[in-house]
Amino acid sequence: MVAAPKFDQVKVGDKIKPIVLPPITRHQLALYCGGSGDHNPIHVDLDFAKKFGFKDVFAHGMLSMGFLGRLVTSYAPRDRIRKLGTRFTSITWVGDVITLSGTVTGKREEGGEKLIDLEVKCTNQNGQDTLQGHATVAAS
Amino acid sequence: MQLDKKLIGHEFKAFDAVAEAGKVKLFCKAIGEEDPIYADAAAAKAAGYKAVPVPPTFLQALTNDDPEKGGLLKALNVDIGLILHGEQHYDYYAPVYVGDTITCQQKVTDIYDKKGGALWFVVSETSMKDKAGKLVAKATSITVVRNPDAAKK
Repeated sequence: MVAAPKFDQVKVGDKIKPIVLPPITRHQLALYCGGSGDHNPIHVDLDFAKKFGFKDVFAHGMLSMGFLGRLVTSYAPRDRIRKLGTRFTSITWVGDVITLSGTVTGKREEGGEKLIDLEVKCTNQNGQDTLQGHATVAAS
Repeated sequence: MQLDKKLIGHEFKAFDAVAEAGKVKLFCKAIGEEDPIYADAAAAKAAGYKAVPVPPTFLQALTNDDPEKGGLLKALNVDIGLILHGEQHYDYYAPVYVGDTITCQQKVTDIYDKKGGALWFVVSETSMKDKAGKLVAKATSITVVRNPDAAKK
């Protein structure tokens, strides 16, 4: 169980320990289809994906955002997350190996809380960012 | 293809979504989340939670539980094969636990195009409230619509 980061000890530029994920599988996309309620066939039905001009099915952007959620909750407890947001900057394909990384970008106090701002990213095996996100967590 | 900017400000019908334990487990399996606080009440309590919390982005499963699913695409008259997710942002005001019923209501806040209409962007905000009517989260989404007419040129 992760403890809340201590505001006084956190420094801008601190890194979250990166997480390297196993390759994305079709099975995982089927599980996410059911678990998230995002039933867009483009992520699980190859015929459908091809009909709309894609070479293969591809991962739900929100599956990768779920990975970012895992990264942030490896840094601060679930109940300390105040914001999590991302841009989906490129497509994640089946077989891609995604690395999650994060950096402290700011510290501030707001509404009686000590907040830490983070930049969080998903990056594929070619070094290309697939998600460029940000998070805010409450420190202790 | 041209999207109707008159939809800016349109509010969809509010609906209730329940954070179901089985769905949270399946969601965790899909994203590779193995922390027992999302599956086991005793582990959640030991970690200081009053009940089993849901993972941060599980809120998507709640907003996807709309009985009139696809309402935004229907209102825009857009085929699901043409959309991509551009951005997603969550603001968390209070925790959501397994078993909670959350009232979700989506509103279109902006529609604009880029690249001479080749791509359209639809911004929406979904308020998420607990049974007492207290705001627990806000979800902001940008949906990108690929213009099939632009691809033919």
